[in-house]
Amino acid sequence: MLRIECPCCGPRDHDEFRYGGDASVARPAHDDPDPEAWYRYVYVRNNPAGSHREFWQHVTGCRQWLVVERDTTNHTILSVGFARKRPGKCPYE
Amino acid sequence: MSRYSALSIFRNGLSGQKNWQRAWRAAEPKPAYDVVIVGGGGHGLATAFYLAENHGIRNVAVLEKGYVGGGNVGRNTTVIRSNYLLDGNTQFYEFSVKLWEGLSQALNFNVMFSQRGQIVTAHSADQLDTFSHRANIMRLNGIDADILDRDAVRRLVPYLDFSETARFPIYGAILQGRAGTARHDAVAWGYARAADGHGVDIIQNCEVTGFVRDGDRIVGVETSKGRIGAGKVGLAVAGHTSVLGQKAGLELPIESHVLQAFVTEPLKPLVDHVVAYGADHFYVSQSDKGGLVFGGNLDGYNSYAQRGNLGVVREVAEAAIALMPCISRVRLLRHWGGVMDMTPDASPIICPTPIDGLYLNGGWCYGGFKATPASGWCFAHTLATGKPHPLIAAYGLGRFRTGHTLDEAGAGPSAWLQ
Ligand SMILES: Cc1cc2nc3c(=O)[nH]c(=O)nc-3n(C[C@H](O)[C@H](O)[C@H](O)COP(=O)(O)OP(=O)(O)OC[C@H]3O[C@@H](n4cnc5c(N)ncnc54)[C@H](O)[C@@H]3O)c2cc1C
Ligand SMILES: [Zn+2]
Repeated sequence: MLRIECPCCGPRDHDEFRYGGDASVARPAHDDPDPEAWYRYVYVRNNPAGSHREFWQHVTGCRQWLVVERDTTNHTILSVGFARKRPGKCPYE
Repeated sequence: MSRYSALSIFRNGLSGQKNWQRAWRAAEPKPAYDVVIVGGGGHGLATAFYLAENHGIRNVAVLEKGYVGGGNVGRNTTVIRSNYLLDGNTQFYEFSVKLWEGLSQALNFNVMFSQRGQIVTAHSADQLDTFSHRANIMRLNGIDADILDRDAVRRLVPYLDFSETARFPIYGAILQGRAGTARHDAVAWGYARAADGHGVDIIQNCEVTGFVRDGDRIVGVETSKGRIGAGKVGLAVAGHTSVLGQKAGLELPIESHVLQAFVTEPLKPLVDHVVAYGADHFYVSQSDKGGLVFGGNLDGYNSYAQRGNLGVVREVAEAAIALMPCISRVRLLRHWGGVMDMTPDASPIICPTPIDGLYLNGGWCYGGFKATPASGWCFAHTLATGKPHPLIAAYGLGRFRTGHTLDEAGAGPSAWLQ
């Protein structure tokens, strides 16, 4: 089980959260005409074996979107912060 | 390599079972091969076998970082079926079932393919309609499919919940009679032995750590046993495609996720078929040892940890008991996880890559075991000729750019939703 330390609610079982995928991909500008940029945004993933920045929403708690940095080889959680404070725009807001 | 036969069993019985030959040689790497396959799972070994058998290419090595059968080929729940809906999938998976039907003969190794039939329950009139649609498509492709009403389902699988209080009442089901299961280790061992019989070197404890290039072309691999030259390199590394792809410079639409499997204590014969629950994610069959073998959803977030977590154990147990209340007090013996490639449309990627000399077989998501023979057959063709086999034309990397995705689950481009 993962235990995610929500900055609002404190440490909670990850069953309270919804996974939102890779937080390091940047959405192209709304009017970006380049199909390649959209292809990469929608489909291409780094998928590292190691540290991964990812979105989690605390659905049964404060409902905040978080960015969690987690090691995908052993599930160690390295950091948790609010998604709205991250650089770049959160696609879920 | 001596063939297995009734006579060989008899002869070895007389000499106290002491003179059996080992199933395949413990090969050490040569300096170079025509084809190097990375990954000694079912797909890598099948590819090597068909390269030799169908194309006469025998100067081949399979490099496995651990031991043969230690990956997903030995961790899966062994369901084999071809009840697919989309063009491209339907024909490919049916070709695979046909190969399964002759596999023990072709390999001279009993893979224990058991065509016990797969039943998927429907829990609304609408769901039964969509199953009828699927059954029609299957029949149009020459694949067996039957639609069962509630009474017919009840006659076949009376132990499901047909009570007044069932959370999702059973309306009917789709049945593919030729579907079934196989002994997963035997598939790996059978392909390994048959490939070895054709001269293929199967090299265990040999991890590929990088690629050797000549200009833009890949001409070999760096391994924990040194550098090995290769005319062509084929990747078949299941959940680790991204890790190796990155080393080769490939950007891929793949995430690695963990899927768990479960086995209960042994029971007397109860489940004759493979049964899948149409209202949730749960499916079950019974092994020859009597354990119920079942599985459910992904753990749901990127992972390279080859073990699962308890949240999914609870979810799967809940679904199990909703469908089969009679097993509520059966004890779970073991559960484990396997790391799988998940693509954004849940279909595999088998193709030549934009990198000269490098070929890819990956992205198998939940369902790659059933594909093992067809995947090996088609990948061998692709490696031998440099062109995709017609049956895998839909599985190219380009489909994500052109919008020709094959999304059986209809779950869109988020790998963890597929
Ligand atoms: C729990 C679970 C249940 C499943 N149930 C089913 C099912 O019922 N039906 C079905 O059709 N499919 C099922 N699948 C999917 C199926 O098991 C896989 O899609 C399929 O087995 C993958 O192909 P493979 O056998 O070649 O992979 P693997 O056996 O994993 O082979 C890949 C090999 O590559 C090796 N490797 C990785 N990196 C390197 C490297 N750098 N150098 C050398 N070697 C390397 C690994 O050690 C591994 O042995 C299931 C999967 C899981 C995890
Ligand atoms: Zn919270």
